[in-house]
Amino acid sequence: MSLSPVEGVALAEIESGGDAEAPERKGVVGRSPGQLAWARLRRDRTAMVSGGMLVLFMVLALAAPLIQMVYGIGPREQFQHLLDGFGMPLGYAGGVSGDHWFGLEPGLGRDIFIRLIYGLRTSLFIAFAAAVITATIGIVLGTLAGYLGGWLDAVINWITDLTLAMPFLVIALALTPTLVLRFYGEREAVSPAFGVGVLIAVFAIFGWTSTARLVRGQVIALREREFVEAARASGAGLGHMLFRQLLPNIWAPILVSFSLAVPQFITSEAALSFIGVGLSDETPSFGRMIYRSLDYLQTDPAYVFFPGVMIFALVFAFNLFGDALRDALDPKSSR
Amino acid sequence: MSPVEEAAARPVTETEPLLRVRGLTKHFPVRTGFRGRSLVRAVDGLDFDVRPGETLGLVGESGCGKTTTGRMLVRLLEPTAGTIEFDGRDITHAGRRELRPLRQDLQIIFQDPYASLNPRHTVGRIIAMPLQVNGIEPPGGVKARVQELLEIVGLNPEHYNRYPHEFSGGQRQRIGIARALALRPKLIVADEPVSALDVSIQAQVINLLRELQRDLGLAFVFIAHDLAVVRHFCQRVAVMYLGKIVEIGDRDDIYERPQHPYTRALLSAIPDVTRLGPGGRIRLAGDVPTPLDPPSGCRFRTRCWKAQDICATEEPALVPRAGGGQATACHFPESGPVAAATGAPAVADDAGPVADDGTAGAGAADGGSGTTVEEVSK
Amino acid sequence: MGRSESVPSGRPDRPAVPEQRSGEDPYLRVRDLRVRFDTEDGVVRAVDGVSFAVERGRTLGIVGESGSGKSVTSLAVLGLHNPKRATITGEIFVGGRQLVGLPEEEVRRLRGRDMAMIFQDPLSALHPYYTVGKQIAEAYRVHHPRAGKREARQRAVDMLGRVGIPQPARRFDQYPHEFSGGMRQRAMIAMALVNDPDLLIADEPTTALDVTVQAQILDLLADLQAEFHSAIIMITHDLGVVSQVADDVLVMYGGRAVEHGSVEQVLRRPQHPYTWGLLSSVPSLHGDADADLVPIRGNPPSLINLPSGCAFHPRCRYADRNGDRSRTEVPELRPAGEDGHQVACHLAAEERTRLYREEVAQVGVAR
Repeated sequence: MSLSPVEGVALAEIESGGDAEAPERKGVVGRSPGQLAWARLRRDRTAMVSGGMLVLFMVLALAAPLIQMVYGIGPREQFQHLLDGFGMPLGYAGGVSGDHWFGLEPGLGRDIFIRLIYGLRTSLFIAFAAAVITATIGIVLGTLAGYLGGWLDAVINWITDLTLAMPFLVIALALTPTLVLRFYGEREAVSPAFGVGVLIAVFAIFGWTSTARLVRGQVIALREREFVEAARASGAGLGHMLFRQLLPNIWAPILVSFSLAVPQFITSEAALSFIGVGLSDETPSFGRMIYRSLDYLQTDPAYVFFPGVMIFALVFAFNLFGDALRDALDPKSSR
Repeated sequence: MSPVEEAAARPVTETEPLLRVRGLTKHFPVRTGFRGRSLVRAVDGLDFDVRPGETLGLVGESGCGKTTTGRMLVRLLEPTAGTIEFDGRDITHAGRRELRPLRQDLQIIFQDPYASLNPRHTVGRIIAMPLQVNGIEPPGGVKARVQELLEIVGLNPEHYNRYPHEFSGGQRQRIGIARALALRPKLIVADEPVSALDVSIQAQVINLLRELQRDLGLAFVFIAHDLAVVRHFCQRVAVMYLGKIVEIGDRDDIYERPQHPYTRALLSAIPDVTRLGPGGRIRLAGDVPTPLDPPSGCRFRTRCWKAQDICATEEPALVPRAGGGQATACHFPESGPVAAATGAPAVADDAGPVADDGTAGAGAADGGSGTTVEEVSK
Repeated sequence: MGRSESVPSGRPDRPAVPEQRSGEDPYLRVRDLRVRFDTEDGVVRAVDGVSFAVERGRTLGIVGESGSGKSVTSLAVLGLHNPKRATITGEIFVGGRQLVGLPEEEVRRLRGRDMAMIFQDPLSALHPYYTVGKQIAEAYRVHHPRAGKREARQRAVDMLGRVGIPQPARRFDQYPHEFSGGMRQRAMIAMALVNDPDLLIADEPTTALDVTVQAQILDLLADLQAEFHSAIIMITHDLGVVSQVADDVLVMYGGRAVEHGSVEQVLRRPQHPYTWGLLSSVPSLHGDADADLVPIRGNPPSLINLPSGCAFHPRCRYADRNGDRSRTEVPELRPAGEDGHQVACHLAAEERTRLYREEVAQVGVAR
């Protein structure tokens, strides 16, 4: 949504008058750029709808044990008696019924609905944890590289390039079983927590680079701005510069990057689980379910339908919300 | 007594300069082409003093180095050579800790009212920043001081919780001024403080600065390209060209009896609203050369109508002429009031100026016989 | 390029008072132009009923600050507004042709050929990836499709020389970043004039330039106008520039015209309090340097929240002399005494003259 120079001129003329009357009328407390962005976000219908969906998903994920209590069925319970001789669920659409809202898995006969809820929980947890860790690493490295420049910048850039050059999938494939074997024996059951931890670690090793680059660019642009010079001229030290002057100005792109990183991690986790590197079969996960459902594509399409639609809706909602967030935080509208 | 004690016992006369700059130089290394290295001589040997409560204007066009000089004075840039003495202390290469107490006495106001305030901070926080950074708690508290400062610059003290984007350009500039005043400085470097403002607002801010200068006894180094603005604010003026001061003196001397050809050309080029039609008699040819490769000898010689051979070989020193406080760096300085020279100019009459490409130049500026400026353009 | 010269008094003398015009119809006639933008914060009336005319060979200076609508006006004349965002009403006659409502194709044919524009920042107006000469040649070939490459090149080189760029043939193959600021502006002028337009709009062409270079550019424009007999609109906030180049002046405030007349009428016998304010607040090289400047209090208006009635009334020293009228009624542009001099102000003419003589002239401007 970039303006042509012509419109830019016209708009500049319109906006440049400034709203000098406004401070008198609005009272004493000002509206921060954050509040302005929030107001803009609220006006955007897409943002509100997708935001609402995200809130719903997160509530579902958090309340999983509660839902299990109300629903009455756990993710590991098997209902073999509801399967026919071939292992296919009885009834319509893969066994959808009043007791089993989304039906049953073929083969093991586990309830799909509750597994989806737990899968959602796992996915969101992994994705958010990974996003937070990568954001932190990215911010720290990016800010230091951008502000201090010199050899530190060169070193961090080199590390970034190195990380980007490493093939994510190959290393994930290689690393996960190795780690599993290191901590567990050949035959021991891997605890779900460990599986989750390994995934988060793998994401964290690779995922920080884009945030670091982004933050570095922003910091480089900002450090020449005059308000930064003013702080320096008053004798501000490094800490003050980084935390008080610079960081408050870069949270907007970081937030957008964060909100777009989460769905990426969700799909990445699903992909890894799909090829068998991520979580084990015991732990409910989107990827795993879709993997298993491929065998039953013709015989029980409902099995691929529910997890497919859910992951699609989740990732789509995140992406829409992230885009709307970026529009709301657009710096051109809030000088 | 030891020399130090002797020096301390000597009374400080009020003409002791607050800021003393000698030989201030700044060169930026640049890469030209694939392997070449070159130097941008942004500032090349400046000498000037500023006394307490005095306003010195630093004027010049683009590339003259005035902004770089301003940054060096508050130590945002490291000088390549030369010395800066403030309040008797050499601060040329002082470290951050040594500079700390000095930061309070030496402050800066920036040009761009939009970029000079942190958009995420409230106005109160912006103004309080120097206090916060230096760990100073004023008697009565930070908030009271901030509100006091807002009033001093003519803003409503109740607005300290507002954000910069809610203020107009002129008001933001006032906020920047309030911030510079927070630590009660002795000298303020003002880097083009009104250039980015609307014409009708410029006068407000200039008046404010004048009032503050009078009431608080502040010294100013006022950097600007607009000679008319400088005339309304500064007691002394230094004209810069390509990193050097070509003329320095009292305001009236500079504006009424400029000696350097560049100063004359500069004054002549400014369109004057009191005169209709094309004014000015002097038109310089060409653009300002880049500081990357300044001309040898006198840097102005490539555009000067009086240039002779000596101007290419020997750099003129900044020395006072005919007594008085006005110093000029020129081998053939002008004399007399602006545009009052009748007929041929004083010195360059003979062979006619020879520029470096061999073509003879036209005669120097000569105006009508009127002594008042208005009649010149007829 | 190596020397400077002193210039004799420049252009041929202009009559002090606009007497009988040359008899030709004005090349550009704008009547009741209104430009409206619908933004998310409300309706912005960037231009609210502006009328003026410019004849060939004459220069109109449009003076205004931020929010005056001067740039929007010029963009409207050239038809450069996005029709989806801007609503334009009124009449714009260029060489007898009405432009408002004309399809884009037709306007594009006029643009660059009959009317051209030079902008404030030549660096962003010139494409950085093409040589300067190529851009000028392209501007020529767009409107002369039958011209060959060689002819276009020759024409471009001619124009570069005409605007005072030395060694134009060599400069043809250089890129904009290899030009200095003043030369870039000259190149932009060359590009604007390559098709001999009858109307040239210059939007703050010298604001970004050094003052010595500005003087050269203004002289150049005057010379070219004398040669090509083009009509020029000079948009600026600098009254000094206006006094130097303009024949007529239009003062804009808050999207409206507040004063209109010859340069001598407006600058020597100004009738609007805003014009008085501008003249008194501008620092000059003459007069008492120790006296305080007389600023206009308040701030330029926001076009989104334009003051009711007279847009200037919150800042006007004399608004209360009209009772409530300044706040409720928008003043119309009316004759101000002399022929061709108009002002939009509620004050009575005698009152204005008295105020000017007693209060304003003492302080600043009268010479």
